[in-house]
Amino acid sequence: MKHLSRDSRHPVSFELNGRVVEGFSEPRMLLCDFLRHEIGATGTHVGCEHGVCGACTILIDGKASRSCLMLAVQADGTEIHTIEGLTRPDGSFGILQQAFHENFALQCGFCTPGILMSLSEFLKDNPDPSVEEIKVALSGNICRCTGYTEIINACLDAAAALRASKAEAV
Amino acid sequence: MKPAPFDYVRVENVDEAVDLLAEHGDDARLIAGGQSLMPMLNMRLVRPELLIDISHLDELKKIEKTNGNISIGAGVTQGVLATWNDLETELPLVARALPNVGHFQTRNRGTVCGSICHADPSSELPLCLALLEGEIELRSKRGSRMIKAAEFQKGVLTTDRAADELAVSVRFPVTTNGKSFAFTEFNHRHGDFAVVALAASRQGKRISLAVGGVTDKPEVRQWEGLEGSAIADALNDFAWELGGSDDIHATAQHRRQLIRHLGYKAIEETAQ
Ligand code: FES
Ligand code: FES
Repeated sequence: MKHLSRDSRHPVSFELNGRVVEGFSEPRMLLCDFLRHEIGATGTHVGCEHGVCGACTILIDGKASRSCLMLAVQADGTEIHTIEGLTRPDGSFGILQQAFHENFALQCGFCTPGILMSLSEFLKDNPDPSVEEIKVALSGNICRCTGYTEIINACLDAAAALRASKAEAV
Repeated sequence: MKPAPFDYVRVENVDEAVDLLAEHGDDARLIAGGQSLMPMLNMRLVRPELLIDISHLDELKKIEKTNGNISIGAGVTQGVLATWNDLETELPLVARALPNVGHFQTRNRGTVCGSICHADPSSELPLCLALLEGEIELRSKRGSRMIKAAEFQKGVLTTDRAADELAVSVRFPVTTNGKSFAFTEFNHRHGDFAVVALAASRQGKRISLAVGGVTDKPEVRQWEGLEGSAIADALNDFAWELGGSDDIHATAQHRRQLIRHLGYKAIEETAQ
């Protein structure tokens, strides 16, 4: 068994957007805080810190999850994808980002990283979603600016672009 | 909104976990999916000395059919159960309830056993387990025991689990031929806690209805041969018996009305 004491910081390492990252964490440190403060990956936002708002959603081993409801030490050895990984290698927008940009699907942008990561798993499982299905999928992400209409339109556009491009990853 | 300090142990097997529970009792907390525990840790509603992580144990990740039951291990997430191939045929009620349990992002990590042990009065899986008269398997250094859902859930976030026990699995009885089910709930937004949740079943002339979100734990009633206006009368009696109370989400009267209205719809649906 692996026992990590509260008073010290312990090594944590995982694959972040295809690159191995390492840092140190107390047992109580949340994964979202580890990403932001230890790794410096500040694309993931933190809103409510109790699983309600969805801003901190990331992909852990391919599954959209709340990074505020997981400890950094639990993420050791996993494969994580965050908003930073949606950008193309040349720095241009990925399909989801482009669709959000074109549809004015963000205003303050606080909810956006969580929404994009949620949708990236959702569209993988459901490449041709209905508006109703998108609404259900987005129910775990709170946006206080847009009123969601543009987000839904962006998701429909991204789904169409993905199908047309026959791309695997969003 | 950050957890208070604790030690963290990642155990290799269930035996190690129950040894630690025997040693630390109330000072320790088990974590599997963490979708109920982590919010409580973050808000410092609980401050354990030791967190015992069982989320990665393969021995707890099994869904098995054992003499008339589907046994679901403590590491099985709600998301994994929702995509289990036999769910619709073996546990149609659970198949209907699962999409209402949180959001897909929380179902990706939240476990079935965790939800039942958390014992939130409005939560869907304890409601299904109550209606189906399922059981929970508890293990400690002292031995193992099986306990019926009705005896397990004691009240708001309280169960019969002793501090040294680990719920290794829950057992849902497999559905029998000719039994039909319905599930419905009212909430303010999809995925929020239910204001009132209802699960109904019908076999021949026997109707069962479980209601969650009104009292401190799921309440089940059974009736023989109810038809027409007798259904509405029975639901009205049931609603008044449960009483309910006013809170920020709904008034007691609203809750009673939901039992009458959604209860009727659920019972009707089982007849189709
Ligand atoms: S910050 Fe994690 S869900 Fe709100
Ligand atoms: S864009 Fe501001 S909260 Fe969504």
